[in-house]
Amino acid sequence: MLRIAVCVKAVPDPKEATRIKIDPVTRTLLRRDVPLVTNHLDRNAVEAAVQLKEELDAHVAVISMGPPPAETIVRECLALGADEGILLCDQAFGGADAFATAYSLAKGIEKMGGFDLVLCGMASSDSGTEWVGPKIGALLGIPVVTAVREIVERDGRSWKVKASLENGYRLVRVRLPALLTVTRELNTPRALSFSGIVSARKKEITEWGINDLGVQEEAVGLRGSPTITANLTIMNGKDSKRAVEMITGTREEAAERLVEKLAAAGML
Amino acid sequence: MPMHDNMGARCGAVWVIAEQTDGRIRTGSLQLVGHARKLANQLGTCLEVVLLGGNLVGVIQPLFAAGADRVYLGNDPDLALYQPEIYTEMVVKLATEQEPEIMLVGSTSMGRELAPLVAARLQTGLTAHCIDLVLDENGILEQRVPAYGGLVSITCPDRRPQMATVARGVFPMPQLDEDSTGEVVPLDVPDEVPGRVQTLEVIREEPEGVPLEIASVIVAGGAGAGDLDGWCKIADLAKVLNAALGSTRPAVDEGWIGLETMIGQSGKVVSPELYIGVGLSGEMQHMVGITGAKVMVAINSDAKSPVFEQVDYGVVDDCRKFVPVLVEKIKEHRERALSRSSRSHGPTSI
Ligand SMILES: Cc1cc2nc3c(=O)[nH]c(=O)nc-3n(C[C@H](O)[C@H](O)[C@H](O)COP(=O)(O)OP(=O)(O)OC[C@H]3O[C@@H](n4cnc5c(N)ncnc54)[C@H](O)[C@@H]3O)c2cc1C
Repeated sequence: MLRIAVCVKAVPDPKEATRIKIDPVTRTLLRRDVPLVTNHLDRNAVEAAVQLKEELDAHVAVISMGPPPAETIVRECLALGADEGILLCDQAFGGADAFATAYSLAKGIEKMGGFDLVLCGMASSDSGTEWVGPKIGALLGIPVVTAVREIVERDGRSWKVKASLENGYRLVRVRLPALLTVTRELNTPRALSFSGIVSARKKEITEWGINDLGVQEEAVGLRGSPTITANLTIMNGKDSKRAVEMITGTREEAAERLVEKLAAAGML
Repeated sequence: MPMHDNMGARCGAVWVIAEQTDGRIRTGSLQLVGHARKLANQLGTCLEVVLLGGNLVGVIQPLFAAGADRVYLGNDPDLALYQPEIYTEMVVKLATEQEPEIMLVGSTSMGRELAPLVAARLQTGLTAHCIDLVLDENGILEQRVPAYGGLVSITCPDRRPQMATVARGVFPMPQLDEDSTGEVVPLDVPDEVPGRVQTLEVIREEPEGVPLEIASVIVAGGAGAGDLDGWCKIADLAKVLNAALGSTRPAVDEGWIGLETMIGQSGKVVSPELYIGVGLSGEMQHMVGITGAKVMVAINSDAKSPVFEQVDYGVVDDCRKFVPVLVEKIKEHRERALSRSSRSHGPTSI
């Protein structure tokens, strides 16, 4: 049986995320009640796992580190077809940077038992570092391929994948157990089904804190993070070199005037 | 875990992990070396570059020209393509021996995979897609990234090296001194690698039309396109202007266009003559990707959008309705210009 772990993150809904600002005094995020959703690219990772399960004998576990409300997105992944859900939830995990996050998730994956395949979305929409996936792989000591957009061939435990580059792709052979981070080109995530939602209600979500993982408090969360956010400048984005000239009039007139301006500037 | 020696005197080198394609050092690497030179000078330490590849004879001089003191050179057919296992192993081993103070990596496809693999192995911090790097009064690297309507400085005070990836184009090209030379330290390829992951081939796919990086006109579309139909109207504008089509993150997330067209902090950095932003809000993560544009235009339905504070010309309108009209007006202008020029330059009868 192929054992698959999928790492998922609850992120503020990107459609409303611009409402999030940093409080200039406390330097904490003002989330303004933006709802949490499953990170877009993690949906592609879940979809890939569920598709593998439909084809092969596979077991799919999702694991997330987050505050208690993140349980809803783990439940959503169960409704999409995952077999098992784990939420790493502990005050001590708070304030983690990519390294401390990867460390905690790697410990969680180790505790879940041997895995053949770990899947992550390539990046999260809120912090966007792209680091958590590869760092988990490095900490687990397994090979990593980032930005996987297609699984070309599976020959037992030897897989061939396409990994996106700025201007093309890499054809990569990787032997399981391995960690892959995936892009949106990999698949089209399925929609939630009613029967999925019903069956997810019966599945259990395990919650683990630092004691369950057997990790030191200094190794996780803010304290386990090598990086700190030291300083903040609020910028209004205003470009002082430019003074805007608004082009007004009816639609036709505005379009015509804009064309004139661009032509006068030698841009057409 | 490498710990920083706060007592002062000894300070490791500043490192840049450079890249080359087809026997040429990449522009982004040279820009990074140029900026790293300044950091090294301020710290009073040397600037060292790591370059791995397959056929690097005659390739490395530009690194010295840009300011490197020393180049660690892994030149071996096994390194011709980026191989995550070997590359990671070599950089980790060298960093463990040499204990650099700072390690900078380009935010390229390779850099974005290699940097976290190396950082995790060295158990140090890594800041993503920085747009600026400065030293504070204690010589700690402030790694600046845009976030949530501000600019934050991220530091890695206790562990070494301080690692960051940097977008191409945020630092200027340094003055190249063609006569500069330095020390070349050859690196051995480790003979014991597990071989669990292997790059077999690199396939290039040239995007249609003008590449963003060299385009003199760019039309960028955002969430305001509304749907694929709206997006196609923006694409039409790009076509009629013979412009490259760029995007913001939501446009990519919606699947209207590929990630390779995203402009910004985690996308491409561009410097066109003319930039037209359509249905996008001017968020800093996008705008840092546009440097030195001569003329900037925004089309947005919200008169209060912050994008209007960052451009030369603004039009407040629904882009889905305005853009097709603009396309027509551009075509008319072209026809008029054409008929004028054929009248003035056309065959004249005696
Ligand atoms: C770590 C990180 C890295 C990021 N990196 C990047 C990056 O590299 N590049 C990038 O682009 N983004 C990046 N982002 C996302 C970025 O923060 C913004 O969310 C994004 O740039 C906003 O895109 P947008 O302007 O298209 O959408 P929005 O901010 O939603 O703006 C849409 C605009 O369209 C206007 N509009 C709506 N309807 C219409 C209409 N019919 N006609 C005209 N206008 C209309 C609205 O008034 C609004 O101003 C990053 C985010 C994070 C957290």
